[in-house]
Order: sequence, then structure tokens, then C-alpha cells
Amino acid sequence: MREIVVISGKGGAGKTSMAGAFAHLADKAILCDLDVDAPDLHLLLDPRVKSEESFYSGHEAVIDPDRCIGCGQCAELCRFDAVRGDGDVYRVDSLACEGCKVCVALCPEQAIDFPEKHCGQWYVSDTRFGPMVHAQLFPGEENSGRLVTLLKQKARAMAEEQGLDLVLCDGTPGIGCPVISSMAGTDVAVIVTEPTPSGLHDLKRVAELCERFRTKVAVLVNKWDINPAMTGEIEAWCVGRGYTLVGRFPHDRAVVDAMLERKVLTETDNAELSRIINTSWAGVLALLDTCN
Amino acid sequence: MIYAVASGKGGTGKTTVSSSLAVLWDGSATLVDLDVEEPNLHLFLKPELTDVRKAYIEVPEADESKCTRCRACADICQFKAITVMADTLLVFPEMCHGCGGCLAVCPEGALSPGRRELGEICRGTAGRHGFVMGRLRVGEAMSPPLMRQVRRLFPELSRDGDILIDAPPGVSCPAIAAVTDADCIVLVTEPTPFGFHDFKLAWEAFTPLGKPMGAVINRADLGDTAVREFCRENRIPVWAEIPYSRDIAEAYSRGEIVAGAFKELERTFTDLRNHMREAASGGGACAK
Repeated sequence: MREIVVISGKGGAGKTSMAGAFAHLADKAILCDLDVDAPDLHLLLDPRVKSEESFYSGHEAVIDPDRCIGCGQCAELCRFDAVRGDGDVYRVDSLACEGCKVCVALCPEQAIDFPEKHCGQWYVSDTRFGPMVHAQLFPGEENSGRLVTLLKQKARAMAEEQGLDLVLCDGTPGIGCPVISSMAGTDVAVIVTEPTPSGLHDLKRVAELCERFRTKVAVLVNKWDINPAMTGEIEAWCVGRGYTLVGRFPHDRAVVDAMLERKVLTETDNAELSRIINTSWAGVLALLDTCN
Repeated sequence: MIYAVASGKGGTGKTTVSSSLAVLWDGSATLVDLDVEEPNLHLFLKPELTDVRKAYIEVPEADESKCTRCRACADICQFKAITVMADTLLVFPEMCHGCGGCLAVCPEGALSPGRRELGEICRGTAGRHGFVMGRLRVGEAMSPPLMRQVRRLFPELSRDGDILIDAPPGVSCPAIAAVTDADCIVLVTEPTPFGFHDFKLAWEAFTPLGKPMGAVINRADLGDTAVREFCRENRIPVWAEIPYSRDIAEAYSRGEIVAGAFKELERTFTDLRNHMREAASGGGACAK
């Protein structure tokens, strides 16, 4: 069982467009959209949902106005600025509440309830490229990485059951909790970057994260031709770090046109772009083969 | 006034918009980069940083000799950051959210406040304006506590004029936290299926905050009309449209600020600024 995650550090670098094409080229893989905050892979793969489950994570504090005597201790204790007082009426801002239970445990009147939090839904689906696991957090929920971990576990279990050897994940932007969770147990991280100051800055940060996880790194420079000099700089930096370069992808409207048709790039009749992606995928697989 | 530049999807042009607004902002302002996982605004504004400080979160430190293994700390901790296993008190500082619960309930005084490094808070000046950025330490999972520390500077920064926030992408808790203090939200999107899908999520997430909101459509002549139709149906004003052009992409890739590099876009961004001002000062209901 092997696992590939497509990440970028920077949003908008082209993770999902590349991951979608890789999903097409991957023979017999479980697909997984780990971007549970703003998932987009389903827009290309048009999944048919086979099962849907609720995702509960943590709890939230809710003050019962009937039991509350307005002492304000909860507001004093809260380190997340989540309890708001208006005169002697206190309420918890659910968006700011971290679910730490401090106010619940220390309320002298036991006036604070602590219900479980329903944070989103997750799905197992079928797509034209094989089975897919994906999710959608409710807006404003904590992107804690727990849901990412759950999806990965589910994808691995499905691969095991179905005798498939590969889990292919579309990752999230950034370097925080969701990305850290998506790196756990991954063999190869494909970093999609772009030759801009932001692209390079974010590549360096996310690559450092990969090294901490001892994940092998493949780099794909998207929109390479908007700044060939910087592309060269990025590639030289990658080579110096011992990363595998798996290709340069041009800045091309075909990416958006394919998206509008709900197709992945390798399904369009653009032979040149298909060739580039095929070569990149072969490079990713070759790197994967070096993982024991 | 506080203004937030946000978007559901990464890469739609938040930093392009906030750096351009910085150049054209009349009056004094502080530019705040709250995308602490991947702050990029400084790459364009090239601020002079005069004050760089490490930021920490309080985590418990255990004194085994005082601990009676009563488990009060483990019982209150919701984040598996402190536990008693096989008669040993274990602290996992990287899991700690810094709520202080364990310290408050330990009857033996066996826990004392220690700290974990979250990252750094950098302050300085960018031309006429102030500049503040939070930058998360690589390997640190939690962005909200660092963002909270940056946001606690807002009352002080407000005394020096307006605040312009470059928010993190997405619609989960960090993105919401970034726009919570704003008097007005600018949602940057692009007219592609991904852009539209994430724009809808962002609109759903931010609408309950009851703040005036407007859209900026970047790469406006790409894709389809779904974003514009959605804006029309839901009465979301479109405050600016930035054309799709290779020249703009190339200028951005050289680290140039779009409003400065393209004279014809100056008007686009001054109009955007005026719309934002109008919306923030009573162009809409503001839930505080």
C-alpha cells in the first residue's frame, strides 16, 4: 500500500487540476480529496455518492441562560475570547469556542452544557476513475486535521479491501494542521508550485515540512513560462535539496477550459499537455518505486 | 475602519488585491497579513521590519514529584495533550491548545506554565503604512492562536488609521477568525468552477457575520458567468473586475504590485477602495 499526496503550500497553484489528471492516469487507485475546507476535486470527477456519514469532532460550550447567574467567571477563564458578556448575560460565540471545557468544568452553577459538535459530512463515492473518499466541513468549523486523518484511514482500508496498491490524495493549501495530518504516512508528496515570489516562499515552507516527515518530494512547476528565469531558480533550488523534478507545465487557458467541461486535462484533445502530464506522472511513479 | 480581503479558494488574488489597495490607500493604514501559514504580502510590499518577536502559547510543564496521579488534568483536557499512563504523567505540548484548564484544576500545584513556540510576529513599515505579519513556525499545526495574538494588536493599530487584512484562504475557523473584526469584507474570486464553488462556501460562511460584503472578480474574462449570476441573485455587489492577462501574471511573478505596474488598473482599485469605504461606513448593517 502506497500513498501520494498532492500539495503546494500556496493556494491556486494547480493542485486539483494536476491531481485530477493523475487520478485518470493512476491505474486502480483509491482517490481522496483531503481539502475538506474547500474541496474541488469532485467538480472534475463528478462522484456518485454511495454512502454519507456525519462527522463529529469535539464539543462546544453552550450557556443555559436559565441556570446562569451572570457571575462572569467563564468569560474570565476563557483564553479564546469566546465568552461575551452583555451586562450580566453571557453567551458563547460558537465560532470562537475551542471546545476546551474549562468554562464547563469550573462554572460554579454547572450552567454550561457541552454538546458534541457536528462539523461536517464525509462521503464514499464512485467516479469514472475509481472509488473516491471526500468530505465537506460546515463553514466556520475547525479544520482540525481529524477529518483529514479519518478520510485517509478510510481510503487505506478501502484499498486494502479491494486489493488496490495506491491511495492518491488531493491536499490542502498551507502548512498547518490539515497539511500535517495529510502528510502522516505518505510516501511521496507532489508539490505543485508556480514561479512567483509567493510560489517559491510557500514551496520552501511546505518542503521543510515534508522533510520533517521524511516524505519524498516531487516538484512540478505549473505556469512555468510566466517567469522562465524564476522557474530555473526554483528548479536549481530543488535539485540542490535532492528533490525530484517531474516537469514543467505551461500557463495555458486549456486548464480552465477543461474545468468548464468538467474534464481532467488528460481527457481533453490537447496532446501536448497530456504528454507533459503523462511524463510527470511517470516521474512520480518512479520516485514512488524507490520507497520501500 | 478594518477591512478584510478574503476568499474561499487559494490563489484567486487576495495578495494582488491587498498589495494594490496598500499602494492606493489614501490616509494612513496598517497592512496585516493574517495568512500565517503562508504569508505572502511582504514579498510584494517589501516592508522594513523593525520588530520581529517570537510568539508563544502557554503549555503545561509537569513536576512529577508533586503529581499524585489524580487525573484531574487528563479528565479536563479535550485535546489529549496531558494524560496519566501506567502511573506516569505525560505531557504532549504540541497537542496543547493553551486553554489553561489543567493548570486551573491541578490540586497539587504539579503543573506550571511553560511555553511552545508558535512562530513570529513581525512589525515594521511599508512606505507610508504600518505593516504586521504573523508567520507560523514550520511544524506548528495551530494557526488560530498565532492569529489571535496578531488580532489583539488591532485596538492599538486602529489608533494609527485603517487596518487592511490579508486573510487566509478557505472557510474554516482560521478564515472566519481573520474577518471577525472587519467592518467590511472583500471576497476575491475567479469565474471558474473551482472559484465559484469556493466563493459560494465563503459567502455562506461569512453572511451570518452580518457585515457588508462585496466581490472582486479576478481574471474576469476567463471561465463562465456563474459567479456574476450568483452575485446578482444574492445582491452581492461586484466592486471590481480585474481582467485576465498574461502581462499581469508576469508582473506578479516578478514581485510587482499590479496597481503600480498597470496604470489602466489604478482606476479599478481606487473605485474598489471607495466602495469599501462607503460599505464600511454604513453602506450595510454591521453586526458587532
